[in-house]
Amino acid sequence: MDELKYNFAYLDEQTKKTIRRAILKGLSIPGYQVPFSSREMPMPYGWGTGGIQVTSSCIKQDDTLKVIDQGSDDTTNAVSIRNFFKRVTNVQTTEDTNKATIIQTRHRIPEIPLVEKQILVYQVPTPEPFRFLEPSEFETRKIHALKEYGIMHLKLYEDISKNGHISTSYNYPVLVDDNYISAPSPIPKFDNPKMNNNPAIQLFGAGREQRIYAIPPYTKVISLDFEDYPFEATKANAVCQLCGATDSYLDEIIIDNAGGRMFVCSDTNYCHNNLLKKIYNP
Amino acid sequence: MNMNEIIKITNLTKSFGNIIACSSITLEVYPGEIVGIVGESGSGKTTLLKCASGLYKPDSGEVFFRSDDNYVQNICNISEPDLRQLMRTDWSFIHQNPRDGLRMNISAGGNIGEKLMAIGNRHYGNIREAAAAWLEKVEIDSSRIDELPSNFSGGMQQRLQIARCLITEPKLIYMDEPTGGLDVSVQAKILDLIKKLVEELNIAAVIVTHDLGVVRLLADRVLVMKDGHIVEQGITDQVLDDPHHAYTQLLVSSIIQV
Repeated sequence: MDELKYNFAYLDEQTKKTIRRAILKGLSIPGYQVPFSSREMPMPYGWGTGGIQVTSSCIKQDDTLKVIDQGSDDTTNAVSIRNFFKRVTNVQTTEDTNKATIIQTRHRIPEIPLVEKQILVYQVPTPEPFRFLEPSEFETRKIHALKEYGIMHLKLYEDISKNGHISTSYNYPVLVDDNYISAPSPIPKFDNPKMNNNPAIQLFGAGREQRIYAIPPYTKVISLDFEDYPFEATKANAVCQLCGATDSYLDEIIIDNAGGRMFVCSDTNYCHNNLLKKIYNP
Repeated sequence: MNMNEIIKITNLTKSFGNIIACSSITLEVYPGEIVGIVGESGSGKTTLLKCASGLYKPDSGEVFFRSDDNYVQNICNISEPDLRQLMRTDWSFIHQNPRDGLRMNISAGGNIGEKLMAIGNRHYGNIREAAAAWLEKVEIDSSRIDELPSNFSGGMQQRLQIARCLITEPKLIYMDEPTGGLDVSVQAKILDLIKKLVEELNIAAVIVTHDLGVVRLLADRVLVMKDGHIVEQGITDQVLDDPHHAYTQLLVSSIIQV
């Protein structure tokens, strides 16, 4: 069979070793972007090649893998990455957040609180939080080295002056361990508070940009704001029309051609569990 | 080290290969004083400015800067974080082209407020209030606070840059041809404004220009540079009215009289 020709988890052992070294360095300097030699993966950039390489380097035979895309276990990206790992590792996969030991995610943190020994792997398109303010990598490295972080507030200032509130709603910049400003990847700012003091290991992989960074368990992560415009974890002001949850992040889905729409949990596993509870304990 | 000067340059030499851009330049600037440096293109005035502001390392000689608390730092071997800290607080650099000194994709208010945020101000209301006040100070209507600099004329952009530079009330500003490329009436306005603000805030300024008119209007003292040397220096009116060095005489006589 074709897949037998691949090493466990697709990457060769030497590559995994270098990536693990980058991850360890990232964990030792929370929020610092560690360069690594990103490999060509059997899928295009932008599909999660960074996250996949991080997952490949961490995954063991006895792990249970969950893959989500925008909170959902059954979108194309999630399904193909899950199938990919099934083929090249043969590990158990699950949709259940509680049972997973490694969760690879695109754009969400699960609603169910993570626990120790779980690893959350983020797929990151743009690891550099200052990239849209400062196009030069040379300069952004200097910004981090010298902690010249004022211009991030400039971005928030522009938000307020244009819209009356901080309108940045995803990839909302965070200060990790009172030290480095980092990009949380394009998660909604609703998820930002979950990063703070999280018992799980949070790893970030950017394949095209060749950067890995990390947040160790129980690390202080704060979202930047102004004293008179404090950070708000916003979500749509509605309830999930499937499970009735009021505390979860909602997707707005257009359901017909007449402008009909409904709000549903973006975290499908969370919604599913709520529905099961409703059915069995009405 | 004790010194009364705000900046003191001693025996500064800087060459690029065989070309000596600055040759044993000695210069002192006192608090509140405006010093003009004039000379033709290639005379070394910009190199001198860059050495004085830490952008170039001189081959020999020293540059000392004294902060408010009498703390003296040698700019030639200052660490980059310290230099950048100085640039944010005690110093400012006004560029000839406002596009080099402004963020063109950020509103006027953001441009002015950036330095405040850089030194740790985290109150939106206060930052905005200060930005609006500074817009008025440089004679731009504060209702235009949310407009992009590209909506402004060249002269307004230059005034915006001045506001952005002065909001932290620096002790020393470096200016490289601050009115180059502006038409004469706008030049006069900008020079007036600079003179007013510099006096009001008691800032020391080093201004590099090839325009003797600018120096006449602004500078208390003037240095004439040629081929990397200071050929003549003194009180502005004295030097311009009674130039001693042949080169200064040439400069003064080449002003077009209307």
